[in-house]
Amino acid sequence: MSAHTASAEITFHPEHAEGTKKIWKTFWLLSIITIIELGIGLAIYNIHKGKDPNETLVLMFKGMVCILTLAKAYYIVSIFMHLGDEIRNMIMTIVVPLSLFIWFIIAFLWDGNSWKNLRNTNAGTKEYKVEKVEKPAATEKGAKD
Amino acid sequence: MSTTAMPTNTKWWNGGRSPFNISYGKVMMWYFLMSDAFTFGAFLISYGTLRFSQNHWVDPNHVFNSFPFAGHSNLPLAFVSLMTFILIFSSVTMVLAVHEGHNMNKKGVEKYMILTIIGGLAFLSCQAWEWTHLLTGEHAVWVNGHVEYWNTTVSHNPFGPEITINGQEYATPGPISFGSYFFEITGFHGFHVFSGVIINIIMLIKTRMGHFEQRGHYEMIEKAGLYWHFVDLVWVFVFLCFYLI
Repeated sequence: MSAHTASAEITFHPEHAEGTKKIWKTFWLLSIITIIELGIGLAIYNIHKGKDPNETLVLMFKGMVCILTLAKAYYIVSIFMHLGDEIRNMIMTIVVPLSLFIWFIIAFLWDGNSWKNLRNTNAGTKEYKVEKVEKPAATEKGAKD
Repeated sequence: MSTTAMPTNTKWWNGGRSPFNISYGKVMMWYFLMSDAFTFGAFLISYGTLRFSQNHWVDPNHVFNSFPFAGHSNLPLAFVSLMTFILIFSSVTMVLAVHEGHNMNKKGVEKYMILTIIGGLAFLSCQAWEWTHLLTGEHAVWVNGHVEYWNTTVSHNPFGPEITINGQEYATPGPISFGSYFFEITGFHGFHVFSGVIINIIMLIKTRMGHFEQRGHYEMIEKAGLYWHFVDLVWVFVFLCFYLI
């Protein structure tokens, strides 16, 4: 296959000789992963509908969708955006900075959780307790409406 | 990877050639997309931080359960899966346009660019419907001892924890950050889709006029494609954070 390079500095071109087979394979892969994700989403919905939802199971399902999403992201970037076809130098210049997200996510979600703890313990002065929604004082008035 | 085509002792950093072996324009598009990824990442992570700090959050299956022309039927995840498949499919047509560009097939590039633009417009229409539905759909909320009817906006969230009053279940006001984050992040993503459609239209016109054929390569289609796939990539994460978990 002839290379149509944009400038003289580019000495090689990734091979696209395999045709469109790889593209369609990726499309089906992405679709199947999305369908699995939707199935898990509906499972979470049904668990929440029940009387006593199993929170551990919900958390496990949520973790599974996160992993499936990362798989989808990998296929989009690697196949559709052709990053997998570039040379190692190029892949690293994109992937290494993005690894900052690992710290970013852990630190910030940890911080959010810490705020919840402070709120529910009144900044550490009482035992952890989630305040229930207070019944409005004017219930009697509301009953008349 | 086809790096095997290179001599193993190539010294990439000796000058005279691109150390990444791709053109300046494509490197810069990648760096732009990387910075954009950090912008979206910051939005989504701050959303996650606020969500983690709340005792109660909104159940997405309860908020996003409607479908156009389906009345009040309860269809969780249905509409958003349609939007997701539209975007995945338009990504495929885009990558096929890039592929036709490699083969210097002008007609093929035009065909797939048109399909990609249609996909983008379909996605935008879906989003317009969903926003309208949220902003105008009224929900009964128990506020200060009486029932009010609220829409989902940046200042009102009618999907708070439920209470039972005189045997009847009512929602209470929920955290307002739900609305602001939802409209901010999907709005920013929708704006990316919109600008992507504009870029794709410009690329289609330039292909029609034969600019790329004269130039001898369809690299501009590749750059537009990178942007378009990035929009799809962001949607994968928006879909995860707002609709699935």
